[in-house]
Amino acid sequence: MAMTRKQRRLSMIGGAGAVLAVAAGLILYALKDEIVFFQSPSDVAEHTVPHGQRIRLGGLVKDGSIDRQGETVRFVVTDGAADLSATYTGILPDLFREGQGVVAEGTVGNDGIFHADTVLAKHDENYMPKEVVEALKARGEWQMGADNPAAKGAPAADKTSQAETPSAPASRTN
Amino acid sequence: MIVELGHFALVLALALSIVQSVVPVWGARMRDERLMAVAAPVAGVQFLMVGLAFAALTFAYLTSDFSVLNVWQNSHSDKPLIYRISGVWGNHEGSMLLWVLILALFGALVAAFGRTMPATLKANVLGVQGWISLAFLSFILFTSNPFIRIANPPMEGQDLNPILQDVGLAIHPPLLYLGYVGFSVTFSFAAAALLDGRIDAAWARWVRPWILIAWIFLTLGIAMGSYWAYYELGWGGFWFWDPVENASFMPWLAGTALLHSALVMEKRDALKVWTVLLAILTFSLSLLGTFLVRSGVLTSVHAFATDPSRGVFILAILAIFIGGSLSLYAWRAPMLKQGGIFAPISREGALILNNLFLTAACAAVLVGTLYPLALDVTTGDKISVGAPFFNMTFGPLMIPLLLAIPFGPFLAWKRGDLLGAAQRLMVAFAIAIVIALVVAWVEGAANVMAPIGIGIAAWVMIGAVSEIVWRVKLGRIPLGQSFSRAAGLPRSSWGAMLGHFGMGATMLGIVAVTAWQQEVITVMQPGETRSIGGYDLTFEGLTPSTGSNYREDVGHFSLRKGGVMLANMEPAKRFYMARQMPTTESAIETFGFNQVYVSLGDAKDGGAVVMRAYYKPLVTLIWLGAVVMVIGGLFSLSDRRLRVGAPRRAHHAAAAMPAE
Repeated sequence: MAMTRKQRRLSMIGGAGAVLAVAAGLILYALKDEIVFFQSPSDVAEHTVPHGQRIRLGGLVKDGSIDRQGETVRFVVTDGAADLSATYTGILPDLFREGQGVVAEGTVGNDGIFHADTVLAKHDENYMPKEVVEALKARGEWQMGADNPAAKGAPAADKTSQAETPSAPASRTN
Repeated sequence: MIVELGHFALVLALALSIVQSVVPVWGARMRDERLMAVAAPVAGVQFLMVGLAFAALTFAYLTSDFSVLNVWQNSHSDKPLIYRISGVWGNHEGSMLLWVLILALFGALVAAFGRTMPATLKANVLGVQGWISLAFLSFILFTSNPFIRIANPPMEGQDLNPILQDVGLAIHPPLLYLGYVGFSVTFSFAAAALLDGRIDAAWARWVRPWILIAWIFLTLGIAMGSYWAYYELGWGGFWFWDPVENASFMPWLAGTALLHSALVMEKRDALKVWTVLLAILTFSLSLLGTFLVRSGVLTSVHAFATDPSRGVFILAILAIFIGGSLSLYAWRAPMLKQGGIFAPISREGALILNNLFLTAACAAVLVGTLYPLALDVTTGDKISVGAPFFNMTFGPLMIPLLLAIPFGPFLAWKRGDLLGAAQRLMVAFAIAIVIALVVAWVEGAANVMAPIGIGIAAWVMIGAVSEIVWRVKLGRIPLGQSFSRAAGLPRSSWGAMLGHFGMGATMLGIVAVTAWQQEVITVMQPGETRSIGGYDLTFEGLTPSTGSNYREDVGHFSLRKGGVMLANMEPAKRFYMARQMPTTESAIETFGFNQVYVSLGDAKDGGAVVMRAYYKPLVTLIWLGAVVMVIGGLFSLSDRRLRVGAPRRAHHAAAAMPAE
């Protein structure tokens, strides 16, 4: 019964190899299927995201577009070039405001409306999600004007203490 | 004036760290006792200097000295006292100063408690601590100086981010830093062993208390942060898989593995090369976490590229320390002699299994954390890696580990008897199966994961207790004898039992909340009642109120069960004037291990309000489990064998006294 030194070593290396292979497999599989791509309303308009595919939608909440009916909120996300209507049921993060940046996760339904199940907001009034900033820049919507909420966000963002402010998804599904 | 003194003290600390980096290591190389002896007092004075600097900054906050840029940016004269103090580390510069303060504290502790350590080991350990101090003190002084003055001081400060104005912030970062900066000591021990080219079981015994201390604080810090996010952010989540959280979780996973592999090294003189590597990796992950959080790379890869001074500095520190230590490892590790042979089925084998799964899980978290950054830099694609990724990778790697935990302590060193262990675990296994079946029967076919999860949690908890029950021969010998056997068990056995039991409890809490949490989101008129989890919640109305630096609308809810009044719950929506920023204050009532959680949304016309209520069964077990793990860590720390040096230490100290 007693294993030789060589057999012992082989069985341990084999075991370790098996665990690592499983881990690598899981990671690769999850990277293929379990990640969510960021899209702007223009991306959605241009590329027609397949219905039911989860995306992360980012842009500005269009002025005057928030319509609260009971616990359901409808709003329009815009990047200047395109608009996308969105709906969310639940309590929105404290910093969800018209004219402010927003990142929401969910799917575009057959009705062409974005159904968000998670709305993210960093708990900092200066915070502008980086994806939103870059999408807006790409669309030429980014101005350094003082009245542009987007403009005052970016320069200050790296000064805020990220360690103490985890992002706070407001989520129904969790 | 005091601020300038603090600044000066910090510069002195930097100078001392240069001395500490060079002299003792050179002394160890030359076998020069006097040069090596420089390390301890220098480490002590360095701690004193950083302490003075920290006190000076705290003084500036207490007196609301807005001529200091850092105070102006993060404080306000209306801010309550406790948040003026905690505000010191509620910002980048101050939190780096706290980081270095804790680093210097650990250096001083090693100097003070390491009297019986071999002189060369101690000198090298403190030398390596000096390198880390040097790097981070330079970082503070050159890129993140908290003592910079403003030429024309404003009258009023900009206030601390309201979300950080909470008792949680006063405690959470110090605990977390004590944890992951604590692993600098184990890193220094590893580097010292490599410099020395010598490592043995005694080394493991020296380093183990430091691993335990760091691990205890990191566990507490993570649990504390999780509970803070849970009650402060208002939506009841306890873990977000946010990169900032992962930054502290990765060192915890590696540190937990290290805790177990050091055990093998200490008891059996085996796994040396691996343990040293793990010690290096654990602190490397702490450094990586510091980089992720402090460089601004998470806020924006591009902000990092346009204002790179801080980010590049930490990246350089990261590259030098990780690259340097791994090179040192590659060069010197082959010189370390391998010890103890063992069979795959043995205590050693079980601990290797633990290490394998923990490091694999840690790697999964690492990939999930860094992949979006890597993709953004290389292709510009923006992705988010969230809970689904981690559930798919981290989850499956944890399950076999949890299943294996109860076997470990039953297996003997060198060669274990798996069949025997299984027989001794029969009762635990049977109870866990029965619990899982009962849950499955109650749940029906709808939810398969709940019975499996609860069963595994029960298996871990009962399995942990079984080991003690078996060792004290409970029921097989008279009760009194069992008690005396229990009293005679080494504290580390109790430590292991509590650690594993706490792990099971945390898992039980997570599974129960995930499976059975109830949630209501609704608009309520005053006088209306909603029921959740068997409790009735009546909305009584909304009243405005004012705090020292905020206004708030407080919702009044009465909580009843079967008509019996249990509590008034008062969640609030706050608005902080200085920063023009709203926050949500949730209200929580605890019943046993369960909680009812209420938070407010927007006010509607006619006194109505949007509210969100949760019933969270067994939720407190998530954090209480961590507390039990910490108690287990304290038991292990107080184990006799870690104190065996104590009498000798007194003797040595007495002998050394005249010489000093």
